[in-house]
Amino acid sequence: MTATAFHAGFLTSVQDLGRTGHRQFGVSLAGALDVFALRVANLIVRNDESAAVLEITFGGLRLQFADERIVAWCGGDFDVQIGSRSLPAGHATCLQGGEEVKFGRPKIGCRAWLAISGGVDVPIVLGSRSTDLRANFGGLGGRALRDGDVLQLGARPASPIPATERISSWSASKPWSQTAVSTPVLRFVRGASWDLFNDVTIQRFTSEAFAVSSDSDRMGVRLDGPELRRDNDVDLISEAVAPGTIQVPSNGKPILLLGDCQTIGGYPKIAHVITVDLRIAAQLRAGDHVRFSEVSLADAHRLLLERESELKRFRIGLSLHAV
Amino acid sequence: MEIVPLGDSALIVHVRERFEDAPDQTLTEVLRTFRRLQDAAIPGVIELAPAYTTVAVFFDPIVVGSAAPKPDEALDRLMRRVREVVAAGADRGRRVRSRKSNARLVEIPVCYDPEFALDLDHVASQAKLTPTEVVDLHSRTEYRVSCIGFLPGFPFLAGLPKELSTPRRATPRKEIPAGSVGIGGAQTGIYPLRSPGGWNLIGRTPLHLFDPEKTPPAFLCAGDRVRFRAITREEFEALAP
Repeated sequence: MTATAFHAGFLTSVQDLGRTGHRQFGVSLAGALDVFALRVANLIVRNDESAAVLEITFGGLRLQFADERIVAWCGGDFDVQIGSRSLPAGHATCLQGGEEVKFGRPKIGCRAWLAISGGVDVPIVLGSRSTDLRANFGGLGGRALRDGDVLQLGARPASPIPATERISSWSASKPWSQTAVSTPVLRFVRGASWDLFNDVTIQRFTSEAFAVSSDSDRMGVRLDGPELRRDNDVDLISEAVAPGTIQVPSNGKPILLLGDCQTIGGYPKIAHVITVDLRIAAQLRAGDHVRFSEVSLADAHRLLLERESELKRFRIGLSLHAV
Repeated sequence: MEIVPLGDSALIVHVRERFEDAPDQTLTEVLRTFRRLQDAAIPGVIELAPAYTTVAVFFDPIVVGSAAPKPDEALDRLMRRVREVVAAGADRGRRVRSRKSNARLVEIPVCYDPEFALDLDHVASQAKLTPTEVVDLHSRTEYRVSCIGFLPGFPFLAGLPKELSTPRRATPRKEIPAGSVGIGGAQTGIYPLRSPGGWNLIGRTPLHLFDPEKTPPAFLCAGDRVRFRAITREEFEALAP
C-alpha cells in the first residue's frame, strides 16, 4: 500500500541508517542526520530499527495513508496534527486509511523523522534506501519528495493492529524523542590539526558562541563568529573526513560536516563533534547560536555505550507491551 | 607509521609523510596497507578509505567498546591491532607485487572540442602553449588515480605534466556537466556527475564514471593507471549512451 504526499514540505527525503562500505569510491554516508531518532521512532512503531523513514526539514509535510498504519516521530519541536488531534514526539498512534498526518513549522530545531509501520519501501541502492541528494541516487528517484508523490510502504506485520489504548502506551521519553534545544552545546574531541591553531584561537573556539549561517544543509553547518585563523596557512593533503568533523578553511569560518559530507577533505580539522551529540547538530538552523565543549575520547565512547545500553533496555521494555 | 583518531568512530593511518615526492611508491604502499587491513577483517571495522598518504579505518565504537574488557582500553586495543596488521604487511611487502607495473591500465576517450573545453585557451596561455599542444600533452601522458573523492567516482589523477598545472578558478562554476575533464592545480580529474566545481575544463568523456547500480559503482579506483584518448565530436556522440 501507499502514502501520498499532498504537500512535500520544505525538504523531505527517504533516509535510513546510511550507506556504508563505499567510501573508497567517494560515496557519502547520507542517512538520517539523527540515526538515534530514526531507531527510536522505528522501534516505537514495531519496525526493524533500520527501516527507512521520512526525514522532514522545517515541516510542511501533508501525508495521507491508503491503509491503516502506525506512525511515530522524533526530532525538533514540531506541531504534528492528525485531523484535530495532535501527536507529540515519541508517541505511537494508528491512522486509518484516508487519514492524514500534517507537520507544522518547528518552534525549535529543524528536522523530524517519521517512522511508518512497514517502513518506506524504495529500492536498496548500494546497500541502503537513503537518498543521496548530492549524487542523486537512492531514496525516491534520488531526490527530495515533491507535491503529489506516492510512496510505496512495506508490508505491515501479519498480526492484527492492536487496540488504540495499547498502541498509545508505546512511547519514548521526551529527552529521547524531542531533541531540539534552545542553547545547543556540542561536545567535541580534538582534531588532528588542533595544534596548528594558537592558544588565542583555541580559546575563542571553546569559549565563544558561533552563529549558524543560512548557507547550511545536509552536507554541513557553516558557522559565523570569531574567526579561527592559523598563523601558518599551509595546504594539507586531503584525507578522510566524516560527519562530525569541524574543518576550518583559510577564511577562518568553521564548517561542521553532516551526513551528506564528501568523503575526503584538505582543510585543517580542528575538532570532531562526538557521535552522541550529532543529534543536536542535526537540529541546528540559521540564526541558532552554538557553543563547543571538549571531552576526552574515552568519555565520547562511554557516553555512546551508555546510550546504547539504554536503548537496549528500551527495546526490552517495548517488547513487554505484548502486541 | 602514525595512527591518529578521526573523531570517535575512525582512525587515520599515516602511511607516509608526503605524496608529491614519490607518488607511485606512496600509492603502492597506501594500497598495500589498505589491502592488508581489508584482508584482516578486524572485528568492529566497518570500512576503509585510502587517500594519498593515508588509509582511514572506520569502526563501530559500540562493537569495539563492547569487545574490550574495559571500555577505556577499546581504542588502544584497536590501534594496536591495526598497527600489527600493517606491520605484518610491511614484512611481506617485498613479495607482494602491488606495484604500478601491475596496476590495470584504463583508457578514457575524451573529446577536446571547444564546446566542451571552456578553459582550454586559458590553460594554454598559462602554459605558453597552443591549445593543440595542450591536448597532445594531456592525452600523451599516463596518469595514476591517487584517490577517489569529492564526488562519487571522481578520480584525482597524478602525473599531470608540470606545464599544464593551472590554479583552480577563483570563482567556481555553479554547474559543470557530467563527464567534464578538468585541471585543478597540479592534478587532472573527471567530474562523474553534474556538480559545481572550480577546475579548468579542457574536454569531456562520454563514459559514465559512476553508476550506483554497478558493482563496484565507480569506473576507476585508487591505483589505476589512466590514459586519455582524444576523440572527435562524432566519436563522442557514438559512444554517448
